[in-house]
Amino acid sequence: MCRLLTADHRLYHQTEPWRHPEGGCTAIFRCNVNGAASFAKQSSRGFVLRLTAATMASTEIARQAGEGARGVPLSGHVGFDSMPDQLVNKSVNHGFCFNILCVGETGLGKSTLMDTLFNTKFEGEPTQHNQPGVTLKSNTYELQESNVRLKLTVVNTVGFGDQINKEDSYKSIVEFIDAQFEAYLQEELKIKRTLHSYHDTRIHACLYFIAPTGHSLKSLDLVTMKKLDSKVNIIPIIAKSDAISKSELAKFKIKITSELVSNGVQIYQFPTDDESVAEINSTMNSHLPFAVVGSTEEVKIGNKMVKARQYPWGTVQVENETHCDFVKLREMLIRVNMEDLREQTHTRHYELYRRCKLEEMGFKDTDPDSKPFSLQETYEAKRNEFMGELQKKEEEMRQMFVQRVKEKEAELKEAEKELHEKFDRLKKLHQDEKKKLEEKKKSLDDEVNTFKQKKTAAELLQNQAQQAGGSTTLKRDKERKN
Amino acid sequence: TSTVGRPQPQAKGEKTPISDTSYVGIDAILEQMRRKAMKQGFEFNVMVVGQSGLGKSTLMNTLFKSKVSRKSVQPNVEERIPKTVEIKSVSHDVEEKGVRMKLTVIDTPGFGDQINNENCWQPIMKFINDQYEAYLQEEININRKKRIPDTRVHCCIYFIPPTGHCLRPLDVEFMRHLSKVVNIVPVIAKADTLTLEERDSFKKTIREELRANGIDVYPQKEFDEDAEDRMINDKIREMIPFAVVGSDQEYQVNGKRILGRKTKWGTIEVENIAHCEFAYLRDLLIRTHMQNIKDITCSIHYETYRVRRLNESNPATPQPNGVAAQHEALSHEM
Repeated sequence: MCRLLTADHRLYHQTEPWRHPEGGCTAIFRCNVNGAASFAKQSSRGFVLRLTAATMASTEIARQAGEGARGVPLSGHVGFDSMPDQLVNKSVNHGFCFNILCVGETGLGKSTLMDTLFNTKFEGEPTQHNQPGVTLKSNTYELQESNVRLKLTVVNTVGFGDQINKEDSYKSIVEFIDAQFEAYLQEELKIKRTLHSYHDTRIHACLYFIAPTGHSLKSLDLVTMKKLDSKVNIIPIIAKSDAISKSELAKFKIKITSELVSNGVQIYQFPTDDESVAEINSTMNSHLPFAVVGSTEEVKIGNKMVKARQYPWGTVQVENETHCDFVKLREMLIRVNMEDLREQTHTRHYELYRRCKLEEMGFKDTDPDSKPFSLQETYEAKRNEFMGELQKKEEEMRQMFVQRVKEKEAELKEAEKELHEKFDRLKKLHQDEKKKLEEKKKSLDDEVNTFKQKKTAAELLQNQAQQAGGSTTLKRDKERKN
Repeated sequence: TSTVGRPQPQAKGEKTPISDTSYVGIDAILEQMRRKAMKQGFEFNVMVVGQSGLGKSTLMNTLFKSKVSRKSVQPNVEERIPKTVEIKSVSHDVEEKGVRMKLTVIDTPGFGDQINNENCWQPIMKFINDQYEAYLQEEININRKKRIPDTRVHCCIYFIPPTGHCLRPLDVEFMRHLSKVVNIVPVIAKADTLTLEERDSFKKTIREELRANGIDVYPQKEFDEDAEDRMINDKIREMIPFAVVGSDQEYQVNGKRILGRKTKWGTIEVENIAHCEFAYLRDLLIRTHMQNIKDITCSIHYETYRVRRLNESNPATPQPNGVAAQHEALSHEM
């Protein structure tokens, strides 16, 4: 038996089986809360309830209530209606982050538009036109409005469309987007991870700036958008649209839309499933691409200062909806769908990237009957592979080390040998010297001895001579002499 | 004549308020989040543990003001006490002021009812871990669901019998094991048998015993986020375990119909904080801390389980963090 939930959240229980008269299925449903009974008919829009009580609306659209749970009525105020508030409070404490990528040729007013959208002057100077390739420059700002803190990251494509050969222009953009997904994926796969405090850098919205030629999309635009549409939410906008007249603009928009459709480019559609915003979103969807004008200069119109661009023939007011679609863009991008853009990025684009990446890495989901923890197993296999490689590299290093040691050892031995030889040489020299000196000493001693002998002999002779004549006087003389 | 716009605040790295002449609309994201939350609805899974006869089902019904838990029917003696601890999980869709919630009450009949209650917490521990496992399996799938169904036990209410003395060994053992894997909220059941003085001394004894045994019940001190949080949670920590009385019968008191228990000596009003602390428990679990309870389960208990599980295959060597980190570790070594 089916259960239906109305838009204002009243639960209806089916009380009899479906009947099949001509024109579809009907059955009677009874409301849990107030006991009202009504016919329900299945239609393409959902279930249509035709209420029998006169006080209520005559028809209501209801959808099927969730499986696996029984609805019970509450007899008093429990208090979990504060849950959305609790959730919002937690998010406010955490802060939000939003990342915008601006893709477009140099000089289309990307930075000015960002300044106008967020009402602040982001830093930066206009880039030159002579970049060799496309690079992406990203800047993060912290903005605050009432109690909401927003970490806004604006990524600009520098040098897009300036090269002579633009075949590879889109590549750096795709690589950048993938790199942000990769960083998130790595964090998610970590064993010890901190997802709730992770600074999310994934691109939530890509504003694609179309040059206001008034004719059609350039082939560079088509190629780039086709490469990006499965990776990011693309919102195409016509830049510097004050260069196009109103009638040309209408034709231009139609041409662009038809070209996008015929080339199968999926641009971001504002969501129409939530009743409170379905209407405004579907209206806005029909105004895409938005024709915008950006300006941070203010002009006095009447008695107010408004953002505008002043020409000799008139003033284009940025926030005037008859002049351009700036207000629509701001409304859609920030005030109505920021959360949906973030969600689509996470649940659609990121999941697609993750799926492809994991399959590429060799992971596979096992079929429902086999039990194993497939990621775990492949993790293990890879881990073993890495350990094996690690060991091999270690072995190599060890070999190299041993080799070096051997070489060093040989060198040292060589040096040692040389030293020994030197030592021997020196020793021999020393000995020779010593011997020479000893010989010299010996000859010197001999000389001294000879001299002494001669001296003694001479003294003896002298003594004998003295003794012969006047020995005593000689003695006295000697004594006196001594 | 055009004039240069008035000096705009530089948005470089510091928090700058947007000039208040023009409203950007960033704070509209709060409304967007609220809408999304209302559309998606919430899930809340609460487990009740305690011996039979402590009023678990009645308390659940009182908390959620509807028959979410069926009182155990006892037809005959043989069927009365289950041989082991059973885990019975029942879900209900409830809705209040447009907010839809899938409430799951997990009952554990048979806990503490046998003569030998050794390891009676094991089936409960296994159930809790199985829910983490199921979530983990879905999370690591390549093709995974947009919203992974959350069956993890967010909160476990443990019923302490109102003896007035101290915690029994069973209570200590259970809470010691399970406070590591799930948020435990201990309550003194059937508190209308205790006078206020008995209640206060009982609570003090229980708090001391919890401290002495290193049991961290919700709200855990280490998960307080900032000073404001700590202040609020300290007040709560001074009051736990809440002494509660449950009832699904309404009586007329002072011209109002209120939930209560009628006795010969008076009527105990469930929602009167002078009588019992039911209102504090309800406020904690539902009105103020429900999101926080879910967050702690999700980002701490579940992550602890996940780390343990992913490290299980290779307990000997300390694991570098994930595949990419292994690349790095390898290249650093070279």
